[in-house]
Amino acid sequence: MKAFLGFVRKETLHLLRDRQTLAILLLLPLIQVLIFGFAVRTDVRKIPIAVVDPTPDIATLELRDRLAASERFHVVGVASSSQNLETQFRAGSIRQALVLPSEVERRLGRGDSLLIQLLTDGSDPNTGGIMQGYATAVIHRWYGDAAPAQDGLRIEPTSRLRYNPTLESSHLFVPGLVAFVLTIMSAMMTAISITREKETGTMEMLLVSPIRPAAIVVGKVIPYIVLGFSGVILVLIAARVVFQVPLRGSLTLLLAECGLYIITALALGIVISTKAPTQRTAMIFALAGLMMPTMLLSGFIFPLDSLPGWLQAISFMVPARWFLVVVRGIMIKGAGLATLWQETLVLLGMTAFFLLVGSRKLAIRLS
Amino acid sequence: MSTYAIDAHELTRRFGQFTAVDAITFHVEQGEVFGFLGANGAGKTTAMRMLIGLLVPTSGSATVAGYDISTQAEQVRRRIGYMSQRFSLYEDLTVQENITLYGGIYGVSDRDITTRTGGILARIGLEHAGNELVREIPLGWKQQLAFCVALLHRPGVVFLDEPTGGVDPITRRRFWELIYETAAQGTSVLVTTHYLDEAEYCNRISIMVDGAIAAMGVPSAVRNQFGAATLDDVFLRLTRPGAGV
Repeated sequence: MKAFLGFVRKETLHLLRDRQTLAILLLLPLIQVLIFGFAVRTDVRKIPIAVVDPTPDIATLELRDRLAASERFHVVGVASSSQNLETQFRAGSIRQALVLPSEVERRLGRGDSLLIQLLTDGSDPNTGGIMQGYATAVIHRWYGDAAPAQDGLRIEPTSRLRYNPTLESSHLFVPGLVAFVLTIMSAMMTAISITREKETGTMEMLLVSPIRPAAIVVGKVIPYIVLGFSGVILVLIAARVVFQVPLRGSLTLLLAECGLYIITALALGIVISTKAPTQRTAMIFALAGLMMPTMLLSGFIFPLDSLPGWLQAISFMVPARWFLVVVRGIMIKGAGLATLWQETLVLLGMTAFFLLVGSRKLAIRLS
Repeated sequence: MSTYAIDAHELTRRFGQFTAVDAITFHVEQGEVFGFLGANGAGKTTAMRMLIGLLVPTSGSATVAGYDISTQAEQVRRRIGYMSQRFSLYEDLTVQENITLYGGIYGVSDRDITTRTGGILARIGLEHAGNELVREIPLGWKQQLAFCVALLHRPGVVFLDEPTGGVDPITRRRFWELIYETAAQGTSVLVTTHYLDEAEYCNRISIMVDGAIAAMGVPSAVRNQFGAATLDDVFLRLTRPGAGV
């Protein structure tokens, strides 16, 4: 036990003395939150929109006011014909155009059908869809108020987005960032710190000594567990303070799940370190084998539903995919273990598997 | 239980078709300095790695400090010291921290660590460097320090894998004085080396060629056996039979 504690102390000293790496590891999560929060936005504001209103009247003015009042839209101009729209779209001065028919007020009064054309720049399909959704919502609300109730009975669907009614993208990326930060800190740093000892030859000294390989590995990862938790807490605080991302579920459950994922990632790091002879190889393995899937195949950046079938199949093997469901569930939906037990179970299974593989590889390293 | 510090019998290690160590049989007495010589790839490091438990023998058997390397590896580990050819202390820890770490790993009590640390630092003239990072002290001292750290738990046998690579002649001499002092205290030393002048310092040597022991004995006896003036000649004749010295 004393040998083990001495070993943990040594590993902590390594971490504390390498100030540069430590600073990067602690600053990275914060910088990531800020970059993703401010730069990578999938929610849209101030959409430049043109309105074509051939015969302005009270009803169309009301609609234009509503658009102008919304901070999502910026009404660039009002024209009487749709002639110049194409050039404006090409030039990028507008991203959306609303083409109204003539004599809107009178048609509404008569109860005629109203054909409204909504044009959206779809060159970025994601934002395109979002812009379309915003505009449609405004039009529907306006129509509901403007059209007089007929025959006393109307079916009015009112739609509401649950959990993230204003479609804040920060609510989406923060859970992904938690997974990302933990993958870097736990998996990559474990792999690097184990391969570093192989490279410098100190690993041999340890293997010749009476200390057990399991104690070496556990002793090595403990400081990184602490570091991983600090990273998560930093991300959560930054997300809360800067972007008001809610934490609707239990903090204890969230931290427990993070603890589980840290162990998953550490186990992966151990598996990598048994394969990689040098720190450089370990880093490349970790980057290509873990970070890319964590970014791309977990639902962090690209929605999983839009992936082709074979990539979706691969995504089932990415631990971050399951962890992301859990973190989003707890933070955004306030879900508890009752709904997240399946994902948790998958993570537990994966962790057990990687630990088994890792320790077996360590055991046969001697022969 | 063997009374020899090391007692190897027909020890063999194959990697696929390649036989790295071919049925070597030898023993090392208590307190003896035994030199393991051979060209690169002759199998001396492989043989040493089997004895210290880093490689499993394909066949044959050996005891180290009286314990079987295959069945009592745990006992062996507690009783041996090892210094690898790659420098093996932690560069980003201080001298004192390295000593404390290895002492802890080998179960040396805190009190013993403190007293032995003083002894070690005085012995190699690093009294004032206890709190310096290892990366900041000169290579020659690092190697002496690594040797002393390998002896911290008072092992019965110490294995040195090319301990004097890359150090100046004066430090090498100093290093060999350390080895003699250690042997005089009853610890057996098995040392691999490329320097044949160093081999003359050993009580006995073995020269490995292609995985087998080609010559073994007291250095003067080995020279006489081959009718050679120096171990250099013996070595060349064994490793390059066509050379005809």
